[in-house]
Amino acid sequence: MILIHCPYCDEKRPELEFTYAGEAHIARPADPSTLSDEEWERYLFIRANPKGRHNERWRHSFGCGRFFNAVRDTVTDKFETTYKAGEPRK
Amino acid sequence: MSGFRMDQGGRVDRGARVNFTFDGKPYQGFAGDTLASALLAAGVTLFGRSFKYHRPRGIMGAGVEEPNALISVDRGGGRFTPNLRATQIEIYEGLNAKSQNRWPSLKRDFGAINDRLGRFFPAGFYNKTFMWPRSFWEKLYEPAIRRMAGLGDAPSEVDPDHYDAGYAHCELLIVGAGPAGIDAALEASGSNARVILIDEQDELGGGALADPSLWPWLERSVKALQAAPNITILTRTTAFGYFHDNFIGAVERITDHLAEPGHGPREKLWKIRAAEVILAQGAIERPLVFEGNDVPGVMLASAARVFALRHGVAVGKNVAVMAAHDSGWKDALALAKAGVGIAAIIDVRDAVDAGLVAEAEAKDIPIYLNYSVIGVNGRHHVKSAQICSNDEYLGGRIACDALLMAGGWTPSIHLWSHSKGSIAWSEDWGAFLPDKPNENVRCVGACGGTFSFGKGVNLGQLPTPKDPATIKAFLDFQNDVTAKDIALAVREGYHSVEHIKRYTTNGMATDQGKTSNLNALQLASGFLDRPIEKIGLTTFRPPYTPQSFGAFAGHAKDALFIATRKSPIDSWAGEQGAVYEPVAQWRRARYFPRSGEDMHAAVNRECLAVRNGVGIFDASTLGKIEVVGPDAAEFLNRMYTNPWKQLEPGRCRYGLLLREDGFITDDGVSARLAPDRFHLTTTTGGAARVLNMMEDYLQTEWPDLNVWLTSITEQWAVIALQGPKARDVIAPFVEGIDLSPEAFPHMAVREGMICGVPTRLFRVSFTGELGYEINVPAAYGRAVWEVLWDAGEAHGITPYGTETMHVLRAEKGFIIVGQDTDGTLTPYDAGLAWAVGKKKADFVGKRSLARPDIVAEGRKQLVGLLTDDPNEVLEEGAQIVADPNQPVPMTMLGHVTSSYWSATLGRSIAIAMVAGGQGRMGETLHIPMPGRTIAAKVTAMVFYDAEGVRVNG
Ligand SMILES: [Zn+2]
Repeated sequence: MILIHCPYCDEKRPELEFTYAGEAHIARPADPSTLSDEEWERYLFIRANPKGRHNERWRHSFGCGRFFNAVRDTVTDKFETTYKAGEPRK
Repeated sequence: MSGFRMDQGGRVDRGARVNFTFDGKPYQGFAGDTLASALLAAGVTLFGRSFKYHRPRGIMGAGVEEPNALISVDRGGGRFTPNLRATQIEIYEGLNAKSQNRWPSLKRDFGAINDRLGRFFPAGFYNKTFMWPRSFWEKLYEPAIRRMAGLGDAPSEVDPDHYDAGYAHCELLIVGAGPAGIDAALEASGSNARVILIDEQDELGGGALADPSLWPWLERSVKALQAAPNITILTRTTAFGYFHDNFIGAVERITDHLAEPGHGPREKLWKIRAAEVILAQGAIERPLVFEGNDVPGVMLASAARVFALRHGVAVGKNVAVMAAHDSGWKDALALAKAGVGIAAIIDVRDAVDAGLVAEAEAKDIPIYLNYSVIGVNGRHHVKSAQICSNDEYLGGRIACDALLMAGGWTPSIHLWSHSKGSIAWSEDWGAFLPDKPNENVRCVGACGGTFSFGKGVNLGQLPTPKDPATIKAFLDFQNDVTAKDIALAVREGYHSVEHIKRYTTNGMATDQGKTSNLNALQLASGFLDRPIEKIGLTTFRPPYTPQSFGAFAGHAKDALFIATRKSPIDSWAGEQGAVYEPVAQWRRARYFPRSGEDMHAAVNRECLAVRNGVGIFDASTLGKIEVVGPDAAEFLNRMYTNPWKQLEPGRCRYGLLLREDGFITDDGVSARLAPDRFHLTTTTGGAARVLNMMEDYLQTEWPDLNVWLTSITEQWAVIALQGPKARDVIAPFVEGIDLSPEAFPHMAVREGMICGVPTRLFRVSFTGELGYEINVPAAYGRAVWEVLWDAGEAHGITPYGTETMHVLRAEKGFIIVGQDTDGTLTPYDAGLAWAVGKKKADFVGKRSLARPDIVAEGRKQLVGLLTDDPNEVLEEGAQIVADPNQPVPMTMLGHVTSSYWSATLGRSIAIAMVAGGQGRMGETLHIPMPGRTIAAKVTAMVFYDAEGVRVNG
């Protein structure tokens, strides 16, 4: 069971306390009505799905409840780092 | 020596006799015996039948590595455990052990015919032969194979035991308490570090238990460890898996070795998080591969040493040793010293350490260098070994009653591999050793490759003058895989070790190839003419040894399997004889039958009571979220499809929530209590999902909004009073709220008091009748309910459950998200276009409602269905077609999502999802059922009071 560092609690906690929440740094467009179908499709469905380093979102669901970002290697399952929502991509 | 029990030596207590039975026959052993040692002492050689060929099998190992002697233990009363290794079963008074995979008896086994038919059962046989025809597989082959090939029987009764579980944290976890593990623990004793020392055996010592010269050291060390306050010792505990971030799972066996299991837990699952892990799991000796290496009495040399020096049992009176490694000589000499007759030492090597040879010569042991065993005589026990010179293929026969194999040692890197540590091939060991760690872990002693058993050679198979394709030389004893199976797999094109493993099933039995993986790899390397390090080892996966389901279930069984959420009024419903149903994690009253009523009768009565008088319903399970803050209205306006900013305090609104892909995910009626405060309701099952979704948007998309979300589901009990007389019932108990229709109309909310406690009183209706949903603090829920219940008696008040609630809402065409929707319906598909704010610039999901496939014609849409025969109630889930005479496969238009008998209307009603449904009004569609087809007309979804006047009563 992986230990995940919550950047808000500043503690490593068991993964049971967390929920995965998809790829990070995909901002909802400010005005979706101006997007073409293709652009909207890209926002809605298209994801990087890399083998290796992945910026992704987690929620400390059974802790502080905050969403945050993480860099995890999808091959080794190791977390490189976690950081607060709103901080630049790491 | 009496029988095979030696007069002295070993750690058994010759003063403590223990009676037990094996296959119904009584035996006697000593305290400290395993089932294997006690039966060997009594001269038993036959312990089981092999998996595929039903060959007679005896003991091969002395511990966890044992592949053959799988035993069932029946303690009575449902305490039945199959597939235990005889070498690890501690005997106790009254132990009732049975052999497996034989019929009618171990000695005369019907399935042994498979052995004679062996050449018809090569690797891949099942895959090749039983593919076709399919019906033969299901009716004939599979049942026959299941009967013939198998392990022990699965228990047939409920397990009466209970199982404990717990977490533990430590600075240092040591797995394995042989000399290396004990040394590591001693080094850490007396420090401040919490240390946990785990061993699977009943006493600490590991390999030292079979080396009397180490016993004084062992006794001192164990005393020191027991006295160290920072060390926790767990014996009879198996570390079965090594998971991420130094998280180790271990099962402690607490009562299986006791004559009386008592009342405590049988096993305990330890979930251990360690800062550092030391693996000291030792090594397992490898068998040698030659014809007849599975005859009972052929066993590992190390096992014979354990039986003799730990248990005081000679595995034979005249024992031959076949060695490819120095350790076989050392074991032979130790046995000779303990008084066991050694018939000969045969070594495949032409040169062996001169000191060992001299010692053997000094004991007059016949020595055959550069010789191999090429056959074993005897079926149920060894009678002699056929040996042969490797060069000239000349040989003879050596009379013996046991034959020991010393094929070298395989470090136990199972947990290391679980931890994803890398491994490297060692030519010295003829095995893979731990290389680079992936966690904070290191291996010590034999499992780390740092202990020396001496020198040896690495062999695939012993040399033989016979055609290898004609002999059965076993690799995987538990799965009956032979050397020629590996040859066949390679010949048929399986060149990856993972493929060879699966095709031959080598290493796939319950022992995960503890004694067979390396031998198979050596052979494959030879056949493929590729070095072993280029082939690689198959992956070890948890568990290290099989574990009971009970240990993993722990306390999570029966009532504790999953939490049952109960409303504050749940107990009242139970007292009234309600029939419950599970809804999400909740237990809800489904209906309240009076004596003699079935569900149909009860629901009809409850429905009519609400329509004509007043019904009372526990709606406490509704999800509730309080949304507070200056931007609360703006936030809800962005989340929901309809406009919220203009909603006045004191008013309610039906809210429809989409995902960003435009599909309905939840709905509910919500109230604005104040300019900056909303009381949201969600579906019973959707509460957590909706809160998560709203938190997501609030935290990550719109962190500038000043809004707080709080789950209040469990803070408020909700009593729904519905029906024309609802106002009459509550009026006497309400304070501070004008209940007149003018002052408190439909879809309004008021705060005040009821029965002397605070209430958020909603005037809302999920039934189409005049109604209230009375929110009171949960602790007062049942008290308020009972007051209203008593007062309602004069008005004929009737409690109703979820089934009646469903019928009443369907009569009004109100959907249930998750029943009438399936995650592919937009508001337009669901007939809820009115709930979409046309003028809103944006809301979650709005852009998707303009996607080409969402605006396309022919989408599935919700409609009403009325069967031509009013007495016909459709099955929910039934498929719908336009042309009942179309040949199969028919074009399916959709399915029935809700269907009920409506007592109010005196006929059946249904809601269905139908392609292009809203354009099919008045059309007759067909619902094919087994043996007949039902015709039904497409209608609007509102079946009752289409004008909606009754809610205003
Ligand atoms: Zn946190």
